[in-house]
Amino acid sequence: MLKLFKHFKSREWCMIAACLILVVAQVWLDLRLPDYMTDITRLVQTEGSEMAQVLRAGGKMLLCALGSLGTAVLTGFLASRIAAALSMRLRSQLYHRVQSFSMEEIHGFSTASLITRSTNDITQIQMLVAMGLQLIVKAPIMAVMAIGKIQSKGCFEWSMLTTGAVVFLVAAIGCVMAYVLPKFKQIQKLTDNINRIARENLSGLRVVRAYNAEGFQEAKFAEANDALTTTQLKAQRTMVTLFPTMNLVMNGISLGVYWIGAYLIDAAALTEKLTLFSNMVVFTSYAMQVIMSFVMLCMIFVMVPRAAVSAKRINEVLDTQPKIIDGSFRGETELQGQVEFRHVSFRYPDAEEDVLHDISFTAKKGETVAFIGATGSGKSTVANLIPRFYDATEGQVLVDGVDVREYDQKALHNKLGYVSQKAVLFAGTVASNVALGDNGKGPATEEDIQKAIEIAQAGEFVNALPEKTGSHVAQGGVNFSGGQKQRLSIARAVCRKPEIYIFDDSFSALDYKTDRQLRAVLKQETAGVTSILIAQRIGTILNADQIIVLEDGQVVGHGTHQELIRSCPVYREIAESQLSKEELGA
Amino acid sequence: MSMHPNRNKNADRASLRSGGMRSLLRFTRPYYAPVLIATLCAAISSVLSILGPDRLSDLTNCITEGILTGIDMDRVLTICLTLVAFYGSSFLLGLVQGQVNTRVNMSLSKNLRAAISEKINRLPIDYYNKTTFGDILSRITNDVDTISETVQRSVTNLVSAVTLLLGCLFMMFKTNWTMAVTAIVASLLGFLLMSVLMGRSQKYFRARQEWLGKINGHIEEAYTGQHIIKLYNGEAEASAQFEELNRKLYESNWKSQFLSGLMQPIMGFVGNLGYVSVCVVGAALVMNRQITFGVIVAFMVYVRLFTNPLSQIAQSMTSLQQTAAASGRVFEFLEAKELEDESHKTKRLETTKGRVEFDHVKFGYTPDKIIIHDFTETVEPGRKVAIVGPTGAGKTTLVNLLMRFYELDGGEIRIDGIPTTELTRENIHDLFGMVLQDTWLFEGTIRENVVYGKEGISDQRLKEVCKAVGMHHFIKTLPKGYDTVIDDKTNLSEGQKQLLTIARAMIENAPMLILDEATSSVDTRTEVLIQKAMDELTRGRTSFVIAHRLSTIKNADLILVLKDGDVVESGTHQELLAQNGFYAELYNSQFQNG
Repeated sequence: MLKLFKHFKSREWCMIAACLILVVAQVWLDLRLPDYMTDITRLVQTEGSEMAQVLRAGGKMLLCALGSLGTAVLTGFLASRIAAALSMRLRSQLYHRVQSFSMEEIHGFSTASLITRSTNDITQIQMLVAMGLQLIVKAPIMAVMAIGKIQSKGCFEWSMLTTGAVVFLVAAIGCVMAYVLPKFKQIQKLTDNINRIARENLSGLRVVRAYNAEGFQEAKFAEANDALTTTQLKAQRTMVTLFPTMNLVMNGISLGVYWIGAYLIDAAALTEKLTLFSNMVVFTSYAMQVIMSFVMLCMIFVMVPRAAVSAKRINEVLDTQPKIIDGSFRGETELQGQVEFRHVSFRYPDAEEDVLHDISFTAKKGETVAFIGATGSGKSTVANLIPRFYDATEGQVLVDGVDVREYDQKALHNKLGYVSQKAVLFAGTVASNVALGDNGKGPATEEDIQKAIEIAQAGEFVNALPEKTGSHVAQGGVNFSGGQKQRLSIARAVCRKPEIYIFDDSFSALDYKTDRQLRAVLKQETAGVTSILIAQRIGTILNADQIIVLEDGQVVGHGTHQELIRSCPVYREIAESQLSKEELGA
Repeated sequence: MSMHPNRNKNADRASLRSGGMRSLLRFTRPYYAPVLIATLCAAISSVLSILGPDRLSDLTNCITEGILTGIDMDRVLTICLTLVAFYGSSFLLGLVQGQVNTRVNMSLSKNLRAAISEKINRLPIDYYNKTTFGDILSRITNDVDTISETVQRSVTNLVSAVTLLLGCLFMMFKTNWTMAVTAIVASLLGFLLMSVLMGRSQKYFRARQEWLGKINGHIEEAYTGQHIIKLYNGEAEASAQFEELNRKLYESNWKSQFLSGLMQPIMGFVGNLGYVSVCVVGAALVMNRQITFGVIVAFMVYVRLFTNPLSQIAQSMTSLQQTAAASGRVFEFLEAKELEDESHKTKRLETTKGRVEFDHVKFGYTPDKIIIHDFTETVEPGRKVAIVGPTGAGKTTLVNLLMRFYELDGGEIRIDGIPTTELTRENIHDLFGMVLQDTWLFEGTIRENVVYGKEGISDQRLKEVCKAVGMHHFIKTLPKGYDTVIDDKTNLSEGQKQLLTIARAMIENAPMLILDEATSSVDTRTEVLIQKAMDELTRGRTSFVIAHRLSTIKNADLILVLKDGDVVESGTHQELLAQNGFYAELYNSQFQNG
């Protein structure tokens, strides 16, 4: 957990220092209070004391208390700012680290877990820091100072009693912690689970309902919920025994001191009796302070285990270095719009077989290179290697003659317009979705957006919306149909004005007519842009300059439509499954 | 006594602002009995701790009286033993109370989470167009956690504090009037300060939970679409949004924390003030020989006991504020308008001939934008009906209406002559197997994903179905076969995911079938295979197929061509080609040079 504290900045360290000084001041003032109490007690008890003396002592005590209040307020102010600032910074760093991850790391953690780590876990840390700044320091200082005071007042028996009580308390807390700590670890994991299942239900809403599987989902949630509750219950029930125990110890101390005191006073010499009595009253209040400080430590310990687990989870993310490391090449190339694969092979980590094996091809400026093949043949992987979602296991992927690994990722991304198989839209407006991001050429203008929407054949439905490009888009674009979402995500790629388009099966949600029109307009309006096209439909790729047929990750055909129809049996089969003989001949 | 109405007023104000507290109270009704036990325990244990100082003051008196003449040790022993009994039972009661409370509290948060999870499935789909998943998830974790953490602290604390307070007042007045009034006046001062602060901090608590929900929503979205944001160099933009939310959260975070942290030091000060006042007044009284020194000692303890519950009440109120803010959010979700309750519907179609009639169906997702204007069509049993048309023509909307994911704005849909509004949604869903464009798989084994909640499916049947969709071989190559867990780490292609969802529909084996772009990500050769299996499956069953790939639907009995929510052409493939209209144009566009 200490590792997290290195995220404090010097300004916060100053604030923390101020906080500590204030806490020390507060403890000092707090411990002055019993002195004044003794004074007052003595004055009240002594015959013939003046009322003015009592008032003076009372006034001093009140000043002292006021000072203590002031320091406490200031400490609270600083501590809550420090804690909130730390949580803000951690959240922000976590967020940026996740943004830098490649797919491999994201999938390694799972999205749901990353979300809990960025929210729930950070809240835990924040709570601990806010409380801790006030208590972790205060408690030991208070204990030490109070023990110092006790020494002059106490006698052996009383000190033994107090020591015994403290030892007992520490032992009790230790036992409870040893039992509870591992439970808290589980709780955090189980919370992840709860989150994942609820999220799953939310994302599959229509399927869940269509299958009347609400009960099934709820049962699954109930199971996770049960597991969480049982573990929480075990941990909490152990924790709550601490409070009555502390109470008992506190009460026991005052009783014990008085009880022993009665015997001591009874046995003492007449002259010492009165001193012993007032010492007893004072000792009790200091002993309380000592115990109180241990109680405060207890409260911290309630939070530490959970926070420690959270800290570990946060650090796990912060310590994960993205596998994809930025190159330094800024992207100034003479070549434009060229994509080349040189003997590229790829396999997923821990997998036994290559997904892609020894792929080579070159797409020149303005060319369209299409990939077709069965489901699972590795088509999408080709599209994933160009923007470096993954790095090739063997061989080289070159864009404009430069290995993609040498590029500064931003520069590489500026050359690409990628459209995924599954359209991804963000909550916002149509315009904010189309103009997403930065292409290194300045922000998109209203005309750019409008034009991209027209090219992507989305103009018709966008213009029919009440607020046109300003219309609301719900998270995940759920208020648009599949084809509409896909066209908006294509518009997004167009709006970028890239050198190279990568369409990862982006047309399958479109009807033939829209598909054809879109490609026609695209070719016309953005001539000179290279296209890497992954597709299922023969119709979509019919006119590509090169068609590469993949099967089980290997190239089994490479040529134009006419060539492949003659020479490649796999291609012919695919074609025949979609078009009749006559149509093929046409 | 004077504290009491004040406190109520405050609590009322808090609940008026959020409305969450009242709902929470209603939700906790089943726990009234155990809460009562816990409360009793707390109350008795508080009474014991008030009687304690009384004895302690006896003890002090006993000692001071005997300081010169010799202490009555027998009496000391009796008093001490009584105190031991007091503290011992107080400890036991505390234990019981803690256990009962924890149980109630854990069970409460469990039920809240379960209620949210069930609620998710009872809300109209429409609801989710207006909210983010992250925000709902935040209610399940952050808000329920807050409720559980704060309720635990506040409720029993409040009870024992109030008991302690009342008991203290009683004992103080019993002991000495003047001293009692002194102590109360001093404490009242603190209470006033406190209520001012309470009013202030409430709004920050609410704000904090809200920003927490918002930032959760943003994070969820940004993490899910991370690859797109990254590829479009949109990090800066997304970050700017995030930083803004984060900053707002920071503001409300520290303010709420600061204000709530003020309560305790203030109460501490009030305690000291009370102490001084009691001593000063007490001193005066002792000097006038109106009271004994023992009374002052007792009052010193009373003041501590008296301000303790005050600061506990303060703390509880802070906690309750958080509870109110969090439960406001939880119950806002739980009390959102649900789908119509259908338990009164008795009509039930066990099986169906599969005659589906659309009768002047009218629908729009928002009232100002009608998508389906006036759709009328009768589908005879056993027909394979294809719905084609440009994107946005309303194809998926028709499916949504058929499944009653949304309610009609006009007209009727009838199955075997019965209007769908007279059937339960559950019944309708039973009649249809459905495969959607968006593949949805959950973290679980392949078997669980395919069988999906259906009982009594043999391994044999599972294998047959997976063979039919061509996934059997692939599944066999996985390390654990059908028991392989599908999660983020499993690299299934979109097409493979679609095949699994098709297998799921085949297992469900419903009388009618809806395929909404079910094979769009599957290669066409595989599709031919699936088609065969499907034809086998749909023989004699009414099926609705939406597809862009016209090869998929060539053999449909009836093709409906939809445009802007209306049927513009209908007939078989051949008939429509012969008409040379919109369909022919659509169809031929796949061969034209693009």
